Order: sequence, then C-alpha cells, then structure tokens
Amino acid sequence: MKISVNNKETELLDGNTIAQLAIQLELPAQGVAVAVNNKMIPRKEWETYAIQKGDNLTIIKAACGG
Amino acid sequence: MEKLIIAGRVFDSRLFLGTGKFNSNKNMEETILASGTEMVTVAMKRIELDNKEDDMMKHIVHPHIQLLPNTSGVRTAEEAIFAAQMAREAFGTNWLKLEIHPDPRYLLPDSTETLKATEELVKMGFVVLPYCQADPTLCKRLEEAGAATVMPLAAPIGTNKGLQTRDFLRIIIEQSNVPVVVDAGIGAPSHAAEAMEMGAAACLVNTAIAVAGNPVEMAIAFKEAVIAGRRAYEAGLGLKSESLIASASSPLTAFLND
Repeated sequence: MKISVNNKETELLDGNTIAQLAIQLELPAQGVAVAVNNKMIPRKEWETYAIQKGDNLTIIKAACGG
Repeated sequence: MEKLIIAGRVFDSRLFLGTGKFNSNKNMEETILASGTEMVTVAMKRIELDNKEDDMMKHIVHPHIQLLPNTSGVRTAEEAIFAAQMAREAFGTNWLKLEIHPDPRYLLPDSTETLKATEELVKMGFVVLPYCQADPTLCKRLEEAGAATVMPLAAPIGTNKGLQTRDFLRIIIEQSNVPVVVDAGIGAPSHAAEAMEMGAAACLVNTAIAVAGNPVEMAIAFKEAVIAGRRAYEAGLGLKSESLIASASSPLTAFLND
C-alpha cells in the first residue's frame, strides 16, 4: 500500500497499522510522534489504527533548538 | 535566594538553556551540566527515512532537567496546537515553549496567534511558556489566558544585542503576576545580570553560550551572572542619582588637613 511519509512516497510492506509501519521504519521506542493527515495518533493507538491508501503521515523526533 | 516556581515545579537555577547551534552533542551535554540549568529547550524535526542516526536526546535527558519542547517552525495558532500535541506525545511532557514567528527574517513572534494559541493550549492542559513581544499589554493578556510564564524578547533571536527592550521589560516585570523569563537576544553575562537585577525571574540563553569560544566556560559565566543579578535584585539596589554630583562614601574631613 502506497502512503506518504514526511512527503516521501513509501510502500507499507506488511499490514496496515502504524505499529507495523513503525517496525518497518525501525522507529525508536521513544521520542517520536506520528500524525496521520495532520492528526496526532497517540502511541497507544498504533496497534489498532488502520492506515488508508494515500494517507499522509508526519513523523517527528527531537532536534536541537532554542 | 528565592526559589523559582513555575506551574508548581521548583527550580533552583534561573538560567534556562537552548540546545541549538552547539558544535557537538557531547559539548552540548557538558555545557548543560556546567550551566546548572534545570530547564532545557528542544525542537522537533521530521524524521529522515534514510538517516535515523541522531541520539541528541540522550545528551539532554537528565533527572534534574525539565524538558521544554518548542514549537519553532509554526506560523499560526492552529499549527502551534498541532505541534504541541506532537511534542507532548514525543517527549512525554505537557510543558511547552510556544513560539509562533511567521517571519523568517526577524523571527519576531506573532502576538495575535500567540495569544490565541495560549488560550487553546491552556484549556488542553499544557503548561504554556509563550515567547512573545516585549509588550506589557500582551503579557497581561497572556497571563490572563493562563500562561505559566511570559517570555518577552530582549532583542531578535540570535542577535546577542542585549536588552534592547529594556524599558518595556521593566513595565512587564512590574505588572506581571507570573514569572517573567527574558528570552532571545541576551548576548553576554552582563545582559543576563542586568535582566535579573531588574527583577526578571529567569533568562533563557542559547546562541550566546553555544557559539562562544568555550561554551562550557561561557555557561558558567552566565550561571554566575544570573545568580549575581538575582541576588542583587533581592538585596535591593541602591537608588541611582539623576545628577553627576558625587556623594562621598568615605568621610571627607578630619584626616589629613590642618
């Protein structure tokens, strides 16, 4: 299933949940947040949240800043 | 010295530190620890799918440090609220440095959007520390909206120009019922000391320390300046004379003459 992750076309290889995408992308266990179509999805919903074809995902992490 | 209390949390240090512009994560961590700070800002960026190597967080997270995620990069209240939700999820804290500056040239905060976002974020349970213009009326409005502090700028971000807004900072400090944190533009320990002598509750410093020849030593200098300034404020500064006529501090009679 093709989705967009941080504006980059990405193929979700296995399943359709955020948890599965997190495994595929090797996201760290902490320090990241995921939004689907500009709505933040809490980590506790990653196992059940079903990503749809064409969804636009934003994944952020910490950066240095003042 | 009086302790600083923000949203019920007690701080021994009145120096807040930004984490941008350091040469290395190692140097940043050494500087954070040397500064004695207990509040450190952190930004957010999109993960690069091809390059996930960056472990800066492990250099920041220490038990005595309150993380203060910022919303840098947003241009509207709506974007700020989204960024705040992402920050709360990623960092596990509801503390937030709200900064909305749509203009990339001067990075001056948008007062209308900042007030609007503060109102919403407070309702959503965030501890909001808004970076704002040194505008006394705005600062009162932010306080009324439930901001945990106000953080007026001394000068544009990263300019090291010192307390360009000095007179307005004085009014803000005089009127505020929440801690006033002077943020942005502080370029030297003397600037921080002056802000603290005026009664600021804390200073937030980044560029002046991060780009110093020796950031660790500069952090110590700022730490000492902030303490000195606060001590002086609490001790009560002597009145400044309006005239140039001297007033002797030693007896002028009965020593050498006649």
